[in-house]
This record gives sequence, C-alpha cells and structure tokens, in this order.
Amino acid sequence: MNASQTSSRALQTLRTLPVNVCRGSRHVHTLPPLQTLVSTSSPEFVERANAMNGLVSELKKDLAAIREGGGPKAQARMKSKGKLLPRERLAQLLDPASPFLELSPLAAHNVYRDADVPGAGIITGIGRVAGRECMIVVNDATVKGGSYYPLTASEETHPSSRNRKGEQAPVHIPSGGAALPHQAEVFPDAQHFGRIFYNMAQLSSQGIPQISVVHGISVAGGAYTSAMADENVIVRNQGRIFLAGPPLVKAATGEEVGEEELGGGDMHSSVSGVTDHLARDDAHAIAIARGIVGDLGAAAGGRIALPAAEDAEPPLYSSSELGGIVGTDVRQPFDMREVIARIVDGSKFREFKKEYGTTVVTGFASIHGHPVGVIGNNGILFSPSALKAAHFIELCSQRRIPLLFLVNVTGYMVGSKAERGGIAKDGAKMVRAVACANVPKFTVVVGGSFGAGNYGMCGRAYSPRFMWLWPNAKISVMGGSQLSQVMSSVSKDPAQHATLEKEIEEQASARYGSARLWDDGIIMPEDTRDVVGLGLALAARETAGTSQTHSSGWDGSSFGVFRM
Amino acid sequence: MLTSSRSSQTKVELVKTLSRARTTHRALSGLANASSRLQTSSAAMGGVRGVERSCRHVELQQRLINGQRRLYNTEETGKAKPLFDKILIANRGEIACRVMKTAKKLGIKTVAVYSEVDRNALHVKMADEAYYVGPAPSADSYLRMDKIIQIAKQSGAQAIHPGYGFLSENAKFATALEEAGITFIGPPVTAITSMASKSESKDIMIAAGVPCVPGYHGSNQDPQHLLEQAKRIQFPVLIKAVLGGGGKGMRIVHKESEFLEALESAKRESLKSFSDDNVLVEKYIQKPRHIEVQVFGDTMGDVVSLWERDCSVQRRHQKIIEEAPAPGISEEIRKDLCDKAVAAAKAVGYVGAGTVEFIFDDDTKVFYFMEMNTRLQVEHPVTEMITGQDLVEWQLHVAAGNPLPLTQNEIPLIGHAFEARIYAENPRNNFMPDVGKLVHLSTPEASSIVRLEEGFKEGSSIEVFYDPLIAKLVVKGSDRTEALRVLRKALEEYQVVGLSTNIEFLRTLAGHPAFIDAEVETGFIPKHYNELFPPLPKPTPSVLAQSALYLVLRDLEKDRQLSSSTTSPWSSLAFRRFGGDVHKRIITLKASPKDVYHVHVTSSSGRYHVQVHSQSGEVLGSFENLDASLQGPKTLHTEIEGRKLQTTVVSQLDHHGSPSIASAEEKLHIFAGDSQRYALTIPSPSWLLSLGEDAKKAMKGGGMRAPMPSVVVDVKVANGDMVKKGQAIVVLESMKTETVLRAEQDGKVVVVACKKGDMVEEGTELAIIEPLETIKD
Repeated sequence: MNASQTSSRALQTLRTLPVNVCRGSRHVHTLPPLQTLVSTSSPEFVERANAMNGLVSELKKDLAAIREGGGPKAQARMKSKGKLLPRERLAQLLDPASPFLELSPLAAHNVYRDADVPGAGIITGIGRVAGRECMIVVNDATVKGGSYYPLTASEETHPSSRNRKGEQAPVHIPSGGAALPHQAEVFPDAQHFGRIFYNMAQLSSQGIPQISVVHGISVAGGAYTSAMADENVIVRNQGRIFLAGPPLVKAATGEEVGEEELGGGDMHSSVSGVTDHLARDDAHAIAIARGIVGDLGAAAGGRIALPAAEDAEPPLYSSSELGGIVGTDVRQPFDMREVIARIVDGSKFREFKKEYGTTVVTGFASIHGHPVGVIGNNGILFSPSALKAAHFIELCSQRRIPLLFLVNVTGYMVGSKAERGGIAKDGAKMVRAVACANVPKFTVVVGGSFGAGNYGMCGRAYSPRFMWLWPNAKISVMGGSQLSQVMSSVSKDPAQHATLEKEIEEQASARYGSARLWDDGIIMPEDTRDVVGLGLALAARETAGTSQTHSSGWDGSSFGVFRM
Repeated sequence: MLTSSRSSQTKVELVKTLSRARTTHRALSGLANASSRLQTSSAAMGGVRGVERSCRHVELQQRLINGQRRLYNTEETGKAKPLFDKILIANRGEIACRVMKTAKKLGIKTVAVYSEVDRNALHVKMADEAYYVGPAPSADSYLRMDKIIQIAKQSGAQAIHPGYGFLSENAKFATALEEAGITFIGPPVTAITSMASKSESKDIMIAAGVPCVPGYHGSNQDPQHLLEQAKRIQFPVLIKAVLGGGGKGMRIVHKESEFLEALESAKRESLKSFSDDNVLVEKYIQKPRHIEVQVFGDTMGDVVSLWERDCSVQRRHQKIIEEAPAPGISEEIRKDLCDKAVAAAKAVGYVGAGTVEFIFDDDTKVFYFMEMNTRLQVEHPVTEMITGQDLVEWQLHVAAGNPLPLTQNEIPLIGHAFEARIYAENPRNNFMPDVGKLVHLSTPEASSIVRLEEGFKEGSSIEVFYDPLIAKLVVKGSDRTEALRVLRKALEEYQVVGLSTNIEFLRTLAGHPAFIDAEVETGFIPKHYNELFPPLPKPTPSVLAQSALYLVLRDLEKDRQLSSSTTSPWSSLAFRRFGGDVHKRIITLKASPKDVYHVHVTSSSGRYHVQVHSQSGEVLGSFENLDASLQGPKTLHTEIEGRKLQTTVVSQLDHHGSPSIASAEEKLHIFAGDSQRYALTIPSPSWLLSLGEDAKKAMKGGGMRAPMPSVVVDVKVANGDMVKKGQAIVVLESMKTETVLRAEQDGKVVVVACKKGDMVEEGTELAIIEPLETIKD
C-alpha cells in the first residue's frame, strides 16, 4: 500500500513484450514437376477408367439416397411442424461458403436387417462455422426418430475421438436415445454409447468446447449429450430434455406429467439450468450456435483475430446517460444491461443463460475490439445466480477470454430458505471459479460491493488486473445501517451505534478506499469503456500462456467445464 | 481582367497581349488571335460539332473581337477595377460550391459559413476558411445576418455572395452590408424592394411597357361593369373569388354570352364558402408556359439579356427541369421577350444577375410579366451552357464595378441545354421531400457536355432543415434532341441509395413523347400523370439471379475475412462438397409483400447455377454455368444469356424507424444497367422479428419517442395532465410534413422531455405517459 508497491505493480503491468516477427526468406527451387507417362487413349486405360466410373456412379447413387435421410415422407412430416430438415440445419449452421467434409456417410448401410438406417441416423463432418473449423454431428430425426443404433454410437465416438488431434470444436445437434431393441449393442462396451459422454468430458478437460443444440427430444443418453455440452441451446416449445419421458416416469413413479412441463425449453432455461439459451425456432437456435462458436475465443487452438481498433463499433447509446441510470443511492435497483449497452462495442451483448439466475447478468461482448466476458449484478446473489456465474467463468477460462466484473452487489442471499438451498456451497463455487480463473480480470464497482458479494465479484483480494470505482461506489462488509442494526442486537450503547454507523459509511466510500490504494482509482462513469479498453489491450499483449496444462498424469486437477 | 474567358490561362495570355499592344491595329490583331484561342476552348467545352462548329466559330470570333474592342476602349478610358481578394458565401449545398468554383478559378479566397449539421459539408471542405454560424435551423444559422456580417469582418471578406434562397433577396441584409462597408453581390436595395412587392412591380412594369396579365382587381362588383372588364381583357377569362381557394368560387368563361351566368354562380358559391362574394376577373391562359429571361446589368446602367429559359414542367409549383433556349419560340418572340425583360430590369435600375419571369400563352404566343427574381437562379447553368459564359464571374465583375463583359450582340446562343434537379423526394408520394443519408452515390462522369453541380458526397445527409436539392445535372447538345439524349443517359447513370429521389421520374419525363415533342406547359405532370408513373416493374429472373449471386459472392468475401487463415484450403475450396453432393443455397427476395421469390443457387467448381422460383414454386428462370465475380464491394460482373453484365448492388439496412432494435432488414438496391432500378428486401427470419416485437413492447411503457429526426413544432400537454387515448401530445415537423404523436392509452403525463423548437433525433424520448392502470395500482 505504499508508493513503491504501487510502482512495482505498475511496472509489472506495463512490462512490454516485444514481438519479433521473423520472416525467413524462403528459397524457391525450381524443381521440375512430375512427368506423366499415361496414355489416356490406350484400351487398358479406358477399360480401367470405365470400371472405376462404374463403382463411382454406384457409390454416388447410394450416397444420394442416403442424403435423403428417412425419405420424402418423413421429411414432409418434419417440415409440416415448422422444423428445418437436418441438412437445412447443417447448411444454416455452416458459413455460407464453407466446404463440408462429410465423414462416414455409408455408416450402417445395409447393416441392420430389420431397418434401413441411412448414415446411422446422423450426419457427421467438418465444416466452418464463424470462421472456425468445427466437427459437426447432426441427428436425423427423419431416420428412426433419431434413436441411437449401435453404429450411431460408434460413428459418433469416432468424430469425438478425432478431435483430440484435429482440435475442432464439435457442434452437436442431438435428439433421440438408445434404440431400445439394440440396447445390448449400444450400451455396455467401450466404444458404445457411454463412450460418447466419456469423450465429451475428456475433450472439455482438454479445452475443446462442445456445443449442443436441442431441436427435438433429447431423452436418456441424448439428454446427456446436451447436459455434458459446454454450452447449449434449446428450441422453445419444441426441444425437450429428460432422462425419462412421461411414459417411463409414470411407470417408475406414477407421476403424470406432460413433455413440455417435464423437460421443455422454458423449464430447462429458467428453472433447472440444464440449457443455456432459449431459441424461438430452429433458425434462431442455429443463429445462437453460430454466435457461440464466434465467441469461443482461444479455445481448441482458436486464435482471436482482433479487428483493427478503429473498426470497433462505438456503443449505440451515450455513456453520458450512465449517471442517470445508476444514480448514487445503492438501494435503488437498475438493470445492468443498460450499463453494458453503454460500454461494449455496438451495444452488442451475447447473453449467457439469460433466463436463469436472473440476478446476475453474464455474456460475451467486445470492448474496443477485445473480446471480454461480462458479469454484472442485477440484485442479490441466489444459488442459481452463483452457479450461472461459476459456469460462465469456467467458459471464459477455457476460452481464455478476459473477464469484466461490473459490480453492484449487496451479497449472497440469507435466510433459512437460502441456507437450506446451500447458498454457502453455491456461493463458494462462484468464489472458487473467480479465484482460479486463469484469465485477466477487471473489476469496476459501479454501485455497492458488500460482504461475500465482494469476493464473488472479484474484489481486490481476487487479484483483478485492475480495479476501478465509480464515484458512487461503496465497499464494506455490509451496509452501514445493517451493521448498526446488527450491533444494536449485540451491544446496548446507542451512541456507539451512531458513531459506528457514521464511521462505516465513511470507510465504505469510494474516496476513502481509493486514498488507501485499495483500488486503481475512481473513474468517471463515461470513461469506463475507454479505461477498460486500454486495460484489455494491455492484457492482450501477453501471450495467452500454456496456462491450461492438460497433462494426462496424476495431477488430478483437470475436469473441463462443469454445467453447474 | 475584363474578358469572359473561362480559362484563366487564356486570360493571362490575353492580358499580356494587351500590354504588348502599342497601336490600335496591333492590339486588335493580337486580340483576334487571343480570342480565337479563347473560342477554341469554349467551343470544345460547348461540344459544338462539325461544320456547324466552324461556322459558329467564325461568327463568334467576330463577336468576341467586338467584345475585346470594348475592353480595349475601357483600357483607354480607365483601368478595370480589380476583383475582390476574398468573398464570403452566405449559403450551403451546391450553390455555395458553385460560387466557390468560380472564385477559386479567379484566385479569390473563399469563406464558408456552416450550421451545426453542416460541419463536415462539402462547401465547408471546399472553402479556404469556414466559420460556424449557428444551430441547424436556418433562422439560427444561414439567416443570421448579424453573425454573417461579423464573420465577414472577422475574416476580412470584402463581399458576400448570397447564393439563392436564404438572404439572397433580403433588402435588409443588403442594407446592413452597405452600412458595414461590405459589398453585396447582388442588385441594389431599391431593386430588391420594388420587385418584392407584387403590386409595385406590376405598376413599374406597366409604366415601362412590359405586359402584365390583364385583369380587373377593383371593388366595383356591378355585373355589367365586370362584363365590360372581361371584354377588355378578352375571352377566355377566369372569375375568381377574392377570398377564394381550392377552386371554390372559380369559373372559366370562354364566351361573352356565358359570362353573366357564370359570374352569378361564382358569386353564389363564394358567398356560401367564404361569406363574401367579391370576385376578380383575369385573363385565362389555357396552356401556360413558364418562360424566364436571364438579364444582367452593370453599374453603368447597361443591361443585357442572356436569352430565355423554359421552366414550365413543375411539381408542387416548383421547377424540376429547365431548358434553354425555350423550344418553339421564334426569333421575333425571343427578341421581344428579351427586350421586354431588359426594359423591366432597366425600369428598376437593375444591377447584377436577375431573372424576369413571364407566363407564356402557348396558344396565342402572348406573354405577360409575372415577377422578377433579384438573384442568381438555381437554373442559371443552362444559360451558361448555351452562352459559354460564367455568370458568377460576371456577378463578381459587376460587383467590383466593372462593365458587363459582353454587349448584347456579342452574347452567343449555341446548342441546347437542360438542367434536371435531383431532389430527395418521393414522386410517387406526391413528391414529398425525403431526408436521410446518401448511403451510395454514383454520378455520371462530368464532361464538356455533362456538368454536375453537387453539394453533397456519398455519406452526407440531406437534412430536415433545408431544401432537399441533392444536385443539379446539366447537359448540353447541339440541339434539343441531342441534349435530351445526353440527359437520359446521364440520368440512367445517376445512382443514389439511402433516400427517395426523383431520378427515375426525371428519366421517365425526359423520355416522354410529349416532352420530346416540346409540348411543355405548367400542367404537364398532371396531364401525363399515368404515363409518367407507370406501375413499378417486377424484377426479371435475370435481376433476381444477379441479386442472389451478389449475396453469395458477398458472403464468400465475408467468410474469408472472418477466418484467421486465408491461406487455408478451407478458404480457397469454397462451397466444396463431396460424393456427388452439391452446395445449394436458397435465397428469398421480396420485391413487395406479395411479390416473393426464392432463388436457388448451387455452386460447383467455380461456376454457378441459378434457378428462380416464384413463391408457389413455379420456375421463372434458370441459368446454367454462370461465371460471376465481385469487382469491389458494390459491383457484380456476370454473363447471363450471352450478355456481359455489370450490375451495381448496394446493400442497406432498413431499421423500421427504431435504432435500438436489432430487427433491421437488409435491402438490396440493384442498378441493372437497363435504366431500371430495383429494390429487393431479404426478409428477416421470423425469430428476429419476434425478438423485435418483444423489444418494441418493452419500450412502449408510456415513453413517446420521435419516429424520425424532426423539429418539435408544438407540445400540447404539460406535466401532470390527464390525457385520453388518441389525444395529441407532441407535433413534430420533418421536411415540411407534420406528424402528430398521440397518446396510445388513457394516462397521466409524468414527463415532458421536449419543448417547442427543439430538434430531436430519431428515437429521442419526448414525453412519458403513465397508463391509467398503473396509476390505479
């Protein structure tokens, strides 16, 4: 807290990292190309070519039939429900000009005697999404309702394994569950169904994100492909996730419940937190998925291509309005999105888990062209809010995206209901995530920062690169009046309470703390965007280190992203 | 420096020649040489061709020699007065730029003034110095005489050019300048004042022998007396209620026998409508034309005419297309018109550039004085095109106290010129003015026969506060037919995206048979309305295919930019599929809500196959093996049906008046090179619209916002007022159009966030009305 401390901190932050670009002069040798000796008119050539062409056209015919999936009837049925066909979903997911390297289209071709299962009921391949090569798996519900056949599991385990080397981010469009008649071939073995989830977990632990879009019914095993995903999307009134559908539930417990109520998009997005994004229709879900891939940052070997700083869009709304939004009374609530809209590029904010744990706002944005994960408070932290924040911090950490905390927190919820709900345990998850997130963190206190909320929202003790306060900021273990009330219940001297309340109020003020170097300064609200932008640019100069060590030994530390 | 040369280089030579000349004879021969050089350049500019050119050439040379003799004489009697060193242009837009061009040519420094919204305007960039004059509304900026005079003093400008509009015909301003010792580049105050009064100007004209529309405006309402007057005026006549309007109490009378009956009915109707039955009687002109004469006077009392212009074709009583000379006018009538105009100017001691407007009866070829405009007119370039003169240069000479550069018999009349005014307006919506940004602007190339007077560049905005004139397109040809052909081609090459313009309308007008046949009259547009506004053409399959290809290629470019590694085959092998699969994209394009197309584009090995489907699935067109590429972000090159095509496609986001909602639709503007322009919308996905609806609903909460940039003309409520649903709350004005914002439900006004006179941006909150239900809670 003395001057030398400060300057050494500054030095650390300002240490320059010159990048030497070495362009080795490449020597171009003029090697002669291979010379062909083939005679294309020789009878042998023609004969061989014809034979090959025969096979090729046969293959083409089979492939063309396979691309039709479950056939026109099943397709028409799907279209009539306002849904997109699997290949239409694929086309929308891919960048408009992307190549598509389809894999194993002949899977399950003429394998099952009882059924024709084109492509084993899934389409797999690699294509570009938001400029990034991704492994894509699309379940085809026109084929046997999208259930898993033995070879479906094998095909799916293949691409997932392939990711270890290829490092593409898989995008999963699942549905269905194990085809029950074939359970023995699907379920128990190493390359069977279970392996999909094993692989998903392993990949996540290696920093390869997995994204799942639920267009239809994801039941039993299918449910796990969604729940195991790092980030997922569900279509409202259409996608469903449950371990067991209504008939099985009734058989098991006697409970009678509808599909939507049991595992619909609204329920999972706002109550259980099994899903992260609630889409209005198929096209929306795919647009969201593209957005997710666009925000994968440095995950899975991705490079963050920063736009030219001058190309960064300014916010749509004036930062001069921040004062009127926030005010100076910490008891007056405001929507943190209004603050975010005045700080981030183009006022564009891809919100994560919007419907869940609504007292915390999380999402991806850019500031002066630098990607950033934003966590802001919209009220008291409840268990779901804490879990959501922890999940989001894990995502940013995996993708090496810096975090910005916009703090206006009175603390974690108290009371018997909250305690029974394990608020301390869930709050601890958030605090742990903040503490361990190995990305640059920035904290701006735009309102109050009280109690344990201060920890969860990256207070000074959690090593933010920079911590700034707005002039109205208040930081203390609790509000002055509450503290005074607490004191009155343990001590009887009213005069002492009054002095104490005054004292606490004073100590909580931004100026008091800033004078004691508990932060990096008080900033004008309208300067926030530029101040944070400069900080992010400093952090971006440091090579995103090999911080995430994925040693396969016994370090026992790597779990990937937990869906909290 | 008295010549009217348009090239300063030639002028320098001319002056040198002059100073070398020792005797009259030598001076004259030198001048002849100089003027032949001069004339070569002006003939080249005028684009006069072939034999005609050489004939004209000799004639003109003679005229110019005469002119130079006059100049020589001046040299003998006294030195030419120097032009100003620095002038201020108290205007904006194209005219400010126009004046600066001439000033620059003559080495005169220019001072611009600008309002709040004009900070980055073209006229500011062109000027040597520029000064802020005030907020956007004209009354606070371009009409602020005190500030403009102060800026002139501060900058050391010796004279002020007022352009047209604003202060150009303001006698007070001219007086104030005189008092401040700054030259007003315009007529004397007395001329402005006389001509500003309709009755005074008529009296002066009648006294000077200039015909005025015959009529009786007196108080004697005796029917017999009125009949006598009608006979004096000569039939047909018009009986008009003095307080009349909207055609009420108006009768056209063709014959004497019908007069009394018509008078009675007109009076009856007038009494009923206006509680007054006084009428006036005027000459009725069945096929009126608007013909005006450009006059110029100097301080020595000389006045010349630079021939006439025809500005008959008008909309909303404003000119949109002008030409010179007026078609179908004989030499005698031309002489008569010009003589009368000169007489009119002389009658008021006119100095500088002025225009005498006549109403011309095309049936009888009789014309009457209407008014005199004491300024440089918008349409002055057509006169410049046929005379080869620079009228601003003339103005500067006259203002400096020099005599007119040419005498009447030296003023040429070569060829035919048109001016088309490019306005931000929607002809299909009664020519209502429009505002907005010039998202895309591509103009025909300027040449000796195509001249552009522009005030704005791509990216500029046409503001709500000023005249919506974007530019003037001026062309010339050796005759009217040629000039019209040049005009049509230039209009086809004129592209504007971002706001509605009259370009297509002008193109249709310039190709209308009646216009080509010079059947011009003031009622031209209503008379030929149906042909001038044909139904909008449906996009052809070829245009739809081009639009779809543009999108495919544009997105390919976007994909490449998105990816961090451009060297990858994942970039170069665009659209690649395997095993007989092909890449196919279906693009939906909407020409109108009922006119929707689906274009299927498949791509393989760098070629495109396009199939255009109607909404019902019918195949409207199919194009195989197309080669297509983008040459720049807006230009598509294709070959369709054996024809090389270069198409300009401009993409624009349409915000539906709400900047905060992300549900903007993309609109494509296609200039397909067949003079037809198409606008196609790419429908937003339904989820985006549904999100937009939610956002709109959330924004409703009683807050009333400005739907467009506008001026608050009235606030009808105060804080605390209870209002009923549908009650007027705020009245806005945008481009001369009023919009009344009304309460959407019963409630209480809790905030009034604007006041009369405020300028508000689109989306600005104007008032908050708390709905009644909330209050009850």
